[in-house]
Amino acid sequence: MTFEPGDRVRVLPSAKPGHVRTPGYLKGKSGWIEAVIGEFPNPEELAYGHSGLPERLLYKVGFLQSDLWDDYEGNAEDHLYADVYEHWLEPGEGGTR
Amino acid sequence: MSGHHQHEETTMSPYAARIRAIEALLLEKGVLTEPEVQDSIAYMEARSPANGARLVARAWVDEGFEELLLSDAKAAARQLGMEPEHPAEFVVVKNTPGVHNLIVCTLCSCYPRAVLGRPPDWYKSFEYRSRAVREPRTVMREFGFEPPENVEVVVHDSTADVRYMVLPMRPAGTEDLAENELAELVTRDSLVGVNVPRL
Repeated sequence: MTFEPGDRVRVLPSAKPGHVRTPGYLKGKSGWIEAVIGEFPNPEELAYGHSGLPERLLYKVGFLQSDLWDDYEGNAEDHLYADVYEHWLEPGEGGTR
Repeated sequence: MSGHHQHEETTMSPYAARIRAIEALLLEKGVLTEPEVQDSIAYMEARSPANGARLVARAWVDEGFEELLLSDAKAAARQLGMEPEHPAEFVVVKNTPGVHNLIVCTLCSCYPRAVLGRPPDWYKSFEYRSRAVREPRTVMREFGFEPPENVEVVVHDSTADVRYMVLPMRPAGTEDLAENELAELVTRDSLVGVNVPRL
């Protein structure tokens, strides 16, 4: 499934073990697609000596800090970007600036 | 000389001892050659935050270069004679009066090594990696910088195939400084975003 900048997305709450590049604090959180970074060999496969093919789309995903942490202190517009692979994202609601 | 060697052995940390042992095995088994090890050390030592400072200072004095740095940072680095060759992307994010950027890698220690060399130890610490995403303003305050409340703090967690560097704002009062003098103001901390350049 592919996304466009501005789309609302949710990071899958998957507990997949191993060399995943999606940090735990983002799992289950909603944000928006800020940009499409490009296609890269899947690092979750590369880490174990596989080819990482087919390449996966990598997105720059934005999250409001207040959506990540209940007790966040700072400007309400403070946000965070993380680079998240397509297979960790699903269409979401909310999570936008 | 033998006395010096003995001293080195008794003070080597367990980590250093382990890496020496692994290196010796890799050489012995022919996985690596001594010249390859030396090349790799030379590669890392040729890179330092001074490279980032040069990129920033040039961007401060040359609008066209700033544009290139923000749109294609590898091309900008090559233009100044650097060799940013690394499979990962290299992206520079710009601080403005309304936005302050901070870089972290919560999963490990991703850092634009191809340009800046090795990251500082604190960048790799659990403390920085966990707190930079959760309480970035407090972390910056501890480094000696407090972004005003009305400035948006934007954290970039380099989770995958992009390495980030901050383009800080040129400090006020530096209008008369030459490019090389400007570069001296640009600290490694300001390239990560935990602080800002000061006159």
